[in-house]
Amino acid sequence: MLTLEALHLSQGSFDLRADWSVQAGARVAVIGPSGAGKSTLLMAIAGFLPPARGRILWQGRDLAALAVGDRPMSVLFQDQNLFPHLTIAQNLGLGLSPQLRLTPAQRDAVEAALQRVGLAGMGARKPAQLSGGQQGRAALARALLRARPLLVLDEPFAALGPALKSEMLDLLDEVASATGAAVLMVTHDPADAQRFAGQTVLVAEGVAQPPCETAALFANPPPALAAYLGT
Amino acid sequence: MKTTLLAAGLATFATTALADTPVLHVLTYDSFTAEWGPGPILKAGFEATCGCEVQFTTAGDGAAVLARLKLDGDKSDADVVVGLDTNLTAAAAPLFADVAPQPNTLPVPFADPKFVPFDWGYFAFVYDNTKLTTPPTSIADLAASNLKIIIEDPRSSTPGLGLLLWVKAAYGDGAAKLWSDLADNIVTVTPGWSEAYGMFLGGEADMVLSYTTSPAYHLIAESDASKSAAAFSEGHYMQIEVAGKTLTSKQPELADAFLAYLGSDAAQSALITTNWMYPAKTPAEGLPQGFETLIQPAKSLLFTATEAQEIRAAAIEEWQTALSK
Amino acid sequence: MLPKALGLGIAALILGSAAMLGLRAESWALRPADWAAVRFTLLQAALSAVLSLGLAVPLARALFRRRFVGRGALIRLLAAPFVLPVVVAVLGIVTVFGRAGPINAVLETFHLPAVSIFGLQGVVLANVFFNLPLATRMLLHGWQAIPVERFRLAASLGMPPSAQLRHLELPMLRAQAPAIALVIFLICLASFAIALTLGGGPRASTIELAIYQALRFEFDLGRAALLALVQLLICAAGTLLASRLTLPPSFGAGLGRSLDLPAPHGWRRRGDALLILMVVLFLALPLLAVAAKGLPGLLALPSGVWPAALRSVSVALASALLVVLAALVLALAQARRASGWLELAAMLPLAASSLVLGTGLFLMLRPFVAPQALALPVTMLVNATLTLPYLYRLLLPEARALHSDYDRLASSLGLRGMARLRYLTLPRLARPLGYGAGLAAALSMGDLGVIALFAGNSGATLPLFVQQLMGAYRMDQAAAAALVLVGISYALFWVFDRIGHHYADT
Repeated sequence: MLTLEALHLSQGSFDLRADWSVQAGARVAVIGPSGAGKSTLLMAIAGFLPPARGRILWQGRDLAALAVGDRPMSVLFQDQNLFPHLTIAQNLGLGLSPQLRLTPAQRDAVEAALQRVGLAGMGARKPAQLSGGQQGRAALARALLRARPLLVLDEPFAALGPALKSEMLDLLDEVASATGAAVLMVTHDPADAQRFAGQTVLVAEGVAQPPCETAALFANPPPALAAYLGT
Repeated sequence: MKTTLLAAGLATFATTALADTPVLHVLTYDSFTAEWGPGPILKAGFEATCGCEVQFTTAGDGAAVLARLKLDGDKSDADVVVGLDTNLTAAAAPLFADVAPQPNTLPVPFADPKFVPFDWGYFAFVYDNTKLTTPPTSIADLAASNLKIIIEDPRSSTPGLGLLLWVKAAYGDGAAKLWSDLADNIVTVTPGWSEAYGMFLGGEADMVLSYTTSPAYHLIAESDASKSAAAFSEGHYMQIEVAGKTLTSKQPELADAFLAYLGSDAAQSALITTNWMYPAKTPAEGLPQGFETLIQPAKSLLFTATEAQEIRAAAIEEWQTALSK
Repeated sequence: MLPKALGLGIAALILGSAAMLGLRAESWALRPADWAAVRFTLLQAALSAVLSLGLAVPLARALFRRRFVGRGALIRLLAAPFVLPVVVAVLGIVTVFGRAGPINAVLETFHLPAVSIFGLQGVVLANVFFNLPLATRMLLHGWQAIPVERFRLAASLGMPPSAQLRHLELPMLRAQAPAIALVIFLICLASFAIALTLGGGPRASTIELAIYQALRFEFDLGRAALLALVQLLICAAGTLLASRLTLPPSFGAGLGRSLDLPAPHGWRRRGDALLILMVVLFLALPLLAVAAKGLPGLLALPSGVWPAALRSVSVALASALLVVLAALVLALAQARRASGWLELAAMLPLAASSLVLGTGLFLMLRPFVAPQALALPVTMLVNATLTLPYLYRLLLPEARALHSDYDRLASSLGLRGMARLRYLTLPRLARPLGYGAGLAAALSMGDLGVIALFAGNSGATLPLFVQQLMGAYRMDQAAAAALVLVGISYALFWVFDRIGHHYADT
């Protein structure tokens, strides 16, 4: 269980508060007007921004002492999810061993992950030789290999077309189910939330609201969400 | 195991061998020890008779040799210093022991109890006699001409300082005026002799400040008679290169022997065609063929070591002011 | 920890050596002539920096957007002047631009007045010869650091070249130009042989010459220390000023794709071609002159040239390794968190007088060891120190880009230590590292440095050997040995640069 305990994030004049939990294995969308602090919240959870006050806990353990890479989570950024100078296989391999010292079994696992996301045989290519959708798949394959109990995504599929995006969301669901991971995904598209996430966190006016049932939230949007949705 | 023993044995042998052979440390300027310089010949010649080993330590030029000696202070391991000139000896004297005077054939009297001369030369302007048929006959003549010259900086080179003292010796209080007259002839002032001489050979100037013996190199080593030195009626300033024994020497007898060897015919002959200067004492067999073609200045100019030291700072300032206008 | 220790070490070395001179000083006085030297030094350095940069901007831009046969070779040729030993290069320049050179011959056929290479114009010309290529290479790195995606965006928006310049290229220039101008200014600050050989007289005295005079001829350690201090203060002021003017570039990352961009046609194309041609001539003619002078003597080289070359190469390789490590540590630390004093420590060696450094080190080490035993290690250390600013400057922008683009991803994957170095830092920085290592090796090859003071019987390095040949009337052999020196310097540079490219490409 991920717990944000009286969390207060502060960056210059920007402030964001949160005080809630996410159950293991949950699918949570993070939605809200741009500039409200969705990404900031995610980056704090990932460990790039230390909290001004409060704590971020996983299974009751404070994450503050853990380095970014040691936290029980995989992160997908808006872009730059792959190192352009490494092959796809190497990029995936980093998910298993940051030293990139892979056992034969791990190599097989990389190949299997590539196959699972539909990139079979592309391990030797460089990211630049892949399409945008394929790059997203590669990043998801790495998350699959890392198998961390929390998957944090900062709109990694925003640039993809609707068909491609729903394909990726399916793949994300598959990856999360396979590893039993909870998913926390920032999106600006209410359809993503409704399609993918059981719960939704609304970030607006300096507060990240506790997760609500997505269907219920959209059925009866609070004023801030209504304003964002333009309804 | 065997190799270790062997190595240990060799090491012991080497140490004993070194301990048995005394080492004479000679501090000199680095072109002296170049493979074509006098160093290798003198080392072989002296080692043949002294039962010792000669080790050279080098510094850039005469001035650097003195600076090195001063920096080393009483930690210096130099026994003999070769390559100071009379512009430096006044400053160097406190670091040196008295030595026995040696007979010489210098055109001027030499009486410094701490140093022996080993070679000498006259500064002169060298030109290409195929291009310049009527060279100037005096510094004043040169200053009045349209000829382009390259000189060296007195603050960083021996010939440059030589010209400064040359003008001072010839013109005294009129030196500043002469420098202003000369200013429009000077193409550039180089940090050292080699830059100046190289540019002269490349055709950048009609004349270059060098030595009267420079044409001998071209004649003897390159069979090229196209270079001449211009004889000036004011006389020519001299450079006398000297050697001495340091106060801190641990091998004073060997040092004395080396200085004596430096004055020998063998050493003097070697110096003529390696340093391209006149020998301090003309060897019995005379000068090499070709030297008779060199100009013989009517008058030799030279300040004493003390005078040179006293004059230098003011003369440099005068030179700087005159050429900065 | 390591970067701080390194920064402290460099500062200690440079300030410490001046302080050692100060400790032995018997008097403390500067002369009026010294202040004239300070003024001339500043003037020629400022002019040279402005002119080099002013020419480098259009040249780098032309080289960036044009594709032509020999472009790669030309870009590599850009390193050549910079790695030439100064004495050799100056003679090459004089051969071309001097009284007997082709430029004046052409002027004469058209009955135009001859131009003189001596004087302020000569000093600036020589400085531009050395530094224009350096500035161009640095700017080209800057241009290449703009993600190709941005240019495509600009092209898709139909931006004319002038708008591209304003929105993409000027921000990059604002980020890079002050630092590059500063580097050149500082290089010219310590120029000694150029100003003295081409200056045309005592008007053109530089601080470094005054230091030389004080140390060599007058043994006035106090004055030398004061002058060194003045030079360091100018350097410090310049560095602080430039770091204020420098804005961090913020392009974001691209995908490392390479794409040929359509370049503008018409007068811009002709202008670019003309500029490139002029610069090729300007840089190549003196180089050709050096080669032409050296070739005839190659077969008659004295045997000592090869051991000397070997000594120089070992010193060059060792100091290149040392300086690459140091610059990498400093640039990475600086990219992570900018620190003013670390920046200063990395730039300080540019204004350090190698004479003062050598003499100071000598005084520091003399009580403990015989100096001749240390000749090669000290040369290595000093060469590494003196070349550090160039490498640091080369690496810094790319280290910053690396940090801003990939630090998060690397951290999120737990990539650190040796693995990070191997899989992220080295491959991403391979190009500037290779270039920098080559530059350092070549600079170290051509540097007379401090060895003169420490030299014992261990034998001469190649530049010293050239000097000795010149000092013995053997101008032809000296030219040939200089050609060997240039050849080896350039080969070292080329090999390292290729290695860098190889790793960057795979």
